[in-house]
Amino acid sequence: MDLRDAYFVDGVRTWFGKARPDGAYWTTRADDMVTKIMRELMRRNPTVPWNEVDDSIWGATTQSGDQGTTMGRTVVFTAGLSEKVPGFSVDRMCAGGMTCQTIGSSFIKTGVADIIIAGGVEHMGHHPMGQGADPNPRIVTEKMVEPKYFNMGVTAEKLHDWLVENGEQPVTKEEADEYAYHVTKRYFKALDAGYYHKHCVDMAVFTPTGWKVADRDEQARRDTSLESIRGLRKFPFKAEGRVTAANSSGLNDGATVSLLMSGQKCKELGIKPKMKFVGAAFMGVDPSIMGWGPVPSTEKVLKNYGLKFSDLDIIELNEAFAVQAVGFMKHFGMTPPEDPRLNPYGGTIAVGHPLASSGVRLSMQLAQDFEMNPKAKYGLTTMCVGLGMGGSMLWENAVGKF
Amino acid sequence: MAKYITECKLNYFQSKKAGKIAIVTMDNGQFYNVPNTWGTEALESLNKVIDIVEKDADVKGWILTGKPFIFNVGADIMSVDTSVTRDKALEIGHVGHATFKRIMGLKIPTLAAINGAVMGGGVEVGLYHNYRTISKSPGGCDHYALPECFLGLVPGWGGTQLVTKLCGPEKAIELIITNPLNQNRMINSKKAFEMGLADKLIAPAEFMDESLALLERIITGEEKIERKAVDPKMTDELYNQTKFAIAGRVHSGALGPYRALDLIRGAGTWSLDEGFEQESQTLADMIMSEQFMCGVYSFDLTQRRAKKLPGRPPKEVKGNKIGKIGVIGAGLMASQMALLFAQRLQCPVVMKDIKQEFVDKGLAYVREQLGKSAKKGKMSAADATWMGEELITGTVTYDGFADCDFVIEAVFEEIGIKQKVFAELEAICKPECLFLTNTSSLNIAEMGKFLKDPSRVIGFHFFNPIAVLPLVEIIKTDTTSEVALATAFDLAKKIKKTPVLVKNAPGFLVNRILLAWMDGIFQCINEGAGFMQVDNAVVELGFPMSPFTLAALVGPAISLHVQETLNAAWPERFPVSEGLKNLVAKGKRGLVVFTETGVDIDPEIAAGWPQGNKKFTDEEIRQRVLERVALEVDTILKEGVVADPRDVDTGVIMGAGWPFFMGGITPYLDQKGISVKVTGKKFHPNGFLPKQEN
Repeated sequence: MDLRDAYFVDGVRTWFGKARPDGAYWTTRADDMVTKIMRELMRRNPTVPWNEVDDSIWGATTQSGDQGTTMGRTVVFTAGLSEKVPGFSVDRMCAGGMTCQTIGSSFIKTGVADIIIAGGVEHMGHHPMGQGADPNPRIVTEKMVEPKYFNMGVTAEKLHDWLVENGEQPVTKEEADEYAYHVTKRYFKALDAGYYHKHCVDMAVFTPTGWKVADRDEQARRDTSLESIRGLRKFPFKAEGRVTAANSSGLNDGATVSLLMSGQKCKELGIKPKMKFVGAAFMGVDPSIMGWGPVPSTEKVLKNYGLKFSDLDIIELNEAFAVQAVGFMKHFGMTPPEDPRLNPYGGTIAVGHPLASSGVRLSMQLAQDFEMNPKAKYGLTTMCVGLGMGGSMLWENAVGKF
Repeated sequence: MAKYITECKLNYFQSKKAGKIAIVTMDNGQFYNVPNTWGTEALESLNKVIDIVEKDADVKGWILTGKPFIFNVGADIMSVDTSVTRDKALEIGHVGHATFKRIMGLKIPTLAAINGAVMGGGVEVGLYHNYRTISKSPGGCDHYALPECFLGLVPGWGGTQLVTKLCGPEKAIELIITNPLNQNRMINSKKAFEMGLADKLIAPAEFMDESLALLERIITGEEKIERKAVDPKMTDELYNQTKFAIAGRVHSGALGPYRALDLIRGAGTWSLDEGFEQESQTLADMIMSEQFMCGVYSFDLTQRRAKKLPGRPPKEVKGNKIGKIGVIGAGLMASQMALLFAQRLQCPVVMKDIKQEFVDKGLAYVREQLGKSAKKGKMSAADATWMGEELITGTVTYDGFADCDFVIEAVFEEIGIKQKVFAELEAICKPECLFLTNTSSLNIAEMGKFLKDPSRVIGFHFFNPIAVLPLVEIIKTDTTSEVALATAFDLAKKIKKTPVLVKNAPGFLVNRILLAWMDGIFQCINEGAGFMQVDNAVVELGFPMSPFTLAALVGPAISLHVQETLNAAWPERFPVSEGLKNLVAKGKRGLVVFTETGVDIDPEIAAGWPQGNKKFTDEEIRQRVLERVALEVDTILKEGVVADPRDVDTGVIMGAGWPFFMGGITPYLDQKGISVKVTGKKFHPNGFLPKQEN
């Protein structure tokens, strides 16, 4: 072990709510959600010298309102950390949190930092996608991106077609539906077994109907059946298309946080980290097939760090749309819809996808997967990103290594 | 009826370890600036929630809390109908006790999570719970009070009984009597926790989560709340001592504090039900009392009406921006003004006087005061230095006056000098610069009459000590511009003073009323009443200080000067007192001397005061003084010196500290039939209570 290696120590998230007026967090501030999980992280890790955190790095796609004022820094105050702790905010849309973890891990490896807080938040109820954005007109006039591909659902429809046109294995609506059904089933099985309660924290929230406790993910429906998914014939993105609400992730509110630490610091403090950061890669693709991004970014990270796809024991993939997960699986020779290596305890379609927070969620699940599967050595967290990008992080199981 | 009804909203939390917990939220659906209150409908909704919870055997715990920043600020006093029968008034107490007692009757652990501002009935409902958590200040519960005695009531929904049983009589007295009588002082959560009013002090960040977690631990038996036992019995010594202290504050004027003291003493021996019944009876007496009506009136006047700046020109008239201020004079009044302006507006203030030594003295005063503030931790030492050395400067020339946005003069009270100052300023200052005067007796129109632009002149009259008394009289002449007026009102607000618009008339408002009051007092003495008898008889009404104490504080020479000014205008109503003249001639600073037995009239003053031999009862003295005041208020209103009797009351409450429970003065004069006797009609022919806005 290299003392300058970066390790994932712990992660916490809020339960993910629906981004609408009857959702749990509709009247709760994004930065209060961040504060809540920060304090929970601190409570769960009492031996960490919290006032010596070297940086507090937060991802959010929209950095205004309750996600503005350089949240990485303001959370230092709202969570009650020492003023000595600096912070900043990052935007890479859906991969905001994942990018924070990459930056934080790199800071640790290069000696910039020993203790890092890396998190992500998106209150999509307060910050609907694209709100307040003012894209450069040249992007459209010079046909850099067709305007319709600013809508992620439209890129998912396009991905179905593109796979056929480009010699990749096609993905049908039926396969996407099956995948959606299976991740939901896996989610509830894991939920009932207490898997999610290990890293999700209840939060008291003030709502127009009084104080309540947000104590569940609101996206998934327990009564979901394969028939009900298949039966949904409403195609919001293309007439008689394939992408429906049932095989897509929803619009959600949620916050996630992780604690990263150098091996040296872990040793010093007697902390047992769960996994080691191996490396990360981000790649761009044609924005019209945004969901394909994880394929090239995963190929890149494997190549850069000298691993083969078959070395990966567990993959936590954030499927904004079922088509991309199935496409990814087929490309890498996995067996959809139920390959045990991919999203073993449920996926985004069930959990929800509050943009910038999702990457950190993947990592806390992967860490837990490693704990549950001590023989697993390498894992991957990967996700697609708006405007045609993919992000992939490679991790190595460190359970029992300290 | 309150405009926004506070509803008790019931939700459940299915706790993994403790089972089903009822979360009850008091919420009126508005932002925190419209706080939760108790009213008939709110109590009904609490009853409904209790109905449901009582019947549900699965519920293992109860938590009551508020909306963000507000727990509950108690009954909406503006909604209390003061014209009710005693039976109805009695019901108000009974309903509150009966409803809240049902929380005590719940067979599950109950916890009040006091998350924000809490007063009166809000404090009381919390006391019926088994446990209380309170959110840490600053930002959590910053305002905790039982203000009833301040308003002419007593806590009537269990406060006097439950606080005493929980924290003992000393703390009950502090919370229920001492604080309200101390300008309605409120405490914060830290103090409330120290007093034993809450079991846990919890940081605001996760206040609700941690309160719930505590309740879970209590339900499962993981945590027990320990409290120190207190003796609720009040010693006779404490009783008498408190009575004496109350008398020192309100004399025999206000009833509430005395009645509250009896209730607190009773709590030491009564059963809870006996205590609640006594409380209800007392509350009913107080609701029926004239004092409570005055309390409501005064509260509305100072808390709501004054904040709307009655008298300011419409919003469309923008006041001038204030970026630099000139003060002419560097005496005590001028220095106090300079200090206040610099502190509140954080802009340069330049003081001018005719001699360097005067300027130096003024600056030394300012720096000393700033130093004291820094020492007390009210500002940093660097800020004190910056303000004293950089912001506030002194000069003997008009250097630095050219770009002032307004100049206020506080030079010698002599019209010629003031006219000369204004003329000099006009030559130097920019055209939009306003000229303010702090004169207490001179004609402001006269002061500006030689100016090319007299519309820039306006009176801005502070009351001494400036830092303490909240009133400023804004005095408008016939030529004062709307912009000048708007600027003066905005300035008053920025420096956190309460403005009253007054016409340019001798003595303006408050001094004229005080001098009429003094004249009534002197009349009694002149006719033969004993000096000390008069002094005591008048203070018994509940004025903040006795006439002689006030005369000494103001200074006999200033009193005489104002009296002479008023005499020049209305010789028949304001005769110059021979006794006062003698007092000033002898260079005395007050009327009394301290003797072995207490205080008595200074024999030299008594000797120089021609007196008749008429005897007065105390009541006759009070009647005479109040009639004299009524006559003057009536004249003031007829002359249009102020627009409304409410302005008179705002003036005497904020400028002279006249009591809330007299409503300033005009409600009291109406209630006692004095206004009708003197003027033939009431000052408030349609009643003085604020209209319900619904």
